[in-house]
Amino acid sequence: MNDIDINTKNNDSDSVGDIDSSSSRGWAKLKRNKAALVGGIFLLIYIVCAFGAPVLFWGNPSAPDLINSLSPPCAKYLLGTDELGRSILGRILYGSRVSLMIAVGVVGVGLLFGVPVGLISGYFGGKTDFIIQRFTDMLLAFPGFLLALALVAILGVGLKNTVISIGISMIPIYIRLVRGCVLTVREEVYVEAARASGTKDRHIILRHILPNVLAPIIVQTSLGMGTAILFAAGLGFLGIGVQPPTPEWGSMLGSARAYMMGKPHVATFPGIAIFLAVLSFNLLGDGLRDAFDPRSKI
Amino acid sequence: MINFLLKRLLAIIPVLLGITLLLFFMLRMLPGDPAQVLAGQMASPQDVEMIRTQLGLDQPVYIQYASFLNRLVHLDLGLSARTQNPVIQEIWARLPNTILLSLCAITMACVFGIPAGIIAAVRPYSWVDYLVTIASLFGISMPVFWLGIMLMIVFSMTLQWLPAGGIGTWKHLILPTVTLASFVVAFIARMTRSSMLEVLSQDYVTTARSKGLKENLIIIKHALKNALIPIITVVGLQFGLLLGGAVLTETVFAWPGLGRLIVDSILARDYAVIQGSILIFGLLYTLVNLVVDLIYAFVDPRIRYE
Repeated sequence: MNDIDINTKNNDSDSVGDIDSSSSRGWAKLKRNKAALVGGIFLLIYIVCAFGAPVLFWGNPSAPDLINSLSPPCAKYLLGTDELGRSILGRILYGSRVSLMIAVGVVGVGLLFGVPVGLISGYFGGKTDFIIQRFTDMLLAFPGFLLALALVAILGVGLKNTVISIGISMIPIYIRLVRGCVLTVREEVYVEAARASGTKDRHIILRHILPNVLAPIIVQTSLGMGTAILFAAGLGFLGIGVQPPTPEWGSMLGSARAYMMGKPHVATFPGIAIFLAVLSFNLLGDGLRDAFDPRSKI
Repeated sequence: MINFLLKRLLAIIPVLLGITLLLFFMLRMLPGDPAQVLAGQMASPQDVEMIRTQLGLDQPVYIQYASFLNRLVHLDLGLSARTQNPVIQEIWARLPNTILLSLCAITMACVFGIPAGIIAAVRPYSWVDYLVTIASLFGISMPVFWLGIMLMIVFSMTLQWLPAGGIGTWKHLILPTVTLASFVVAFIARMTRSSMLEVLSQDYVTTARSKGLKENLIIIKHALKNALIPIITVVGLQFGLLLGGAVLTETVFAWPGLGRLIVDSILARDYAVIQGSILIFGLLYTLVNLVVDLIYAFVDPRIRYE
């Protein structure tokens, strides 16, 4: 089974020219994928909301209007107001900035540490690999969300610590993924040739190995952004993530719990926002995987 | 089989050491004096001093770690700064609730997820397949705590069929179980589908078909049996997600479990309890992974002899 995999990989990427043509095949495949298209459109809307929040919503999303507190959706407040009379629409729009910032930050932390360490671990093997892998085992012994919880307990609450905690919990996933891919690519003929001709290790890793493990990294990045949004919203909901008055979707749901009895709208809309944002990354991630990395699962 | 079992048990030791090492250093990474941190903000200087001698904080770090392990073996996790009860007692009181909820959820996820995945794989690109694919994509994208709140609004507050929270009868179990299972059922269905699709295209399935065997028999006896390994892997891995989701689900439904205990302790800065409950979660997860490995060996004899 493994042999077959390596062989097909060989044919795919014997020379640089082949990589280009396989990636353009991938793009063509991605464009035909309707689910990925829907994901892409949702994602675009999400990014427009995040960047355009001040244009789309005039006024301060954290300014209270106590006379209109817990108002159901109406002409003035399209999605109603929360317990302090703040526009839920406004808070969701500004919340999209916060969640996008978290998603980018978290995946950034994961990539920044996970990819180089994974490359080193897979390429050099031996003792380096052994030590890195035991460290990864240690982090993976805790389910991701619980690791993030534990780190929040140490670092404290807030936006920055939310990003760091969730980011660290993602690092082992990237290390494993990259290392696994490097192990197969390392044995390829072109890597051997580069090594035989005396190319420096750093050059081999960056020019020959990294481009060939990019596809799974990109897929994981898209799916990871979805997970980051879910985790951050979970921490916010528990009251140990981003703190009020910053508009954050999870903490909006957390404070809505006390009022949802008679006013279900306060709990409904922030949840839909989280759902659509995560869905867009998952749809896109699935599409990217089908197009560029069809052999892997989940 | 016994050899395999022993090898697998031995492999757990480094993981356990890793878990304890991480938790040991967790407290020492906090700013300030670990004894003060453990005793809590309200503790008297005598209490702090007592914890300091108990933990041996004046000793070198490796001796501190050794005594930490020694205390763990004797199930001594210290005292809760909030309630002054032994941490192990606080955990014991809640652990069965979390295990009950998790087992119900994983059972429900398997009962619905595996058949859904099989049906989708047997009729690829049919409306059933699309339905399963879309439903499972929705499942993995939905925040569990939001789903819990929505179910509560519909079934407890509007229809008044089920209790909104708490613990006691089987009725209390329904909403938290459905909430917690939703995420996992989606993953299991996705994995079952792709695993079955791969197996159904194998030669031995074609052979079985050409022999004129009944389709049901082929799917269950020939295909499912061979598709099981990745499915079991995913069920095991999902258990971790489930434990994470339990923290959120328990909060939504006021379910007195371990997850809720961690959150309350983080909010109250009760570090002894945080350390203890995260340790138990780590142990639980490691144990599940061990059981998964043993099930592998049981399902697929090739693994035993490797």
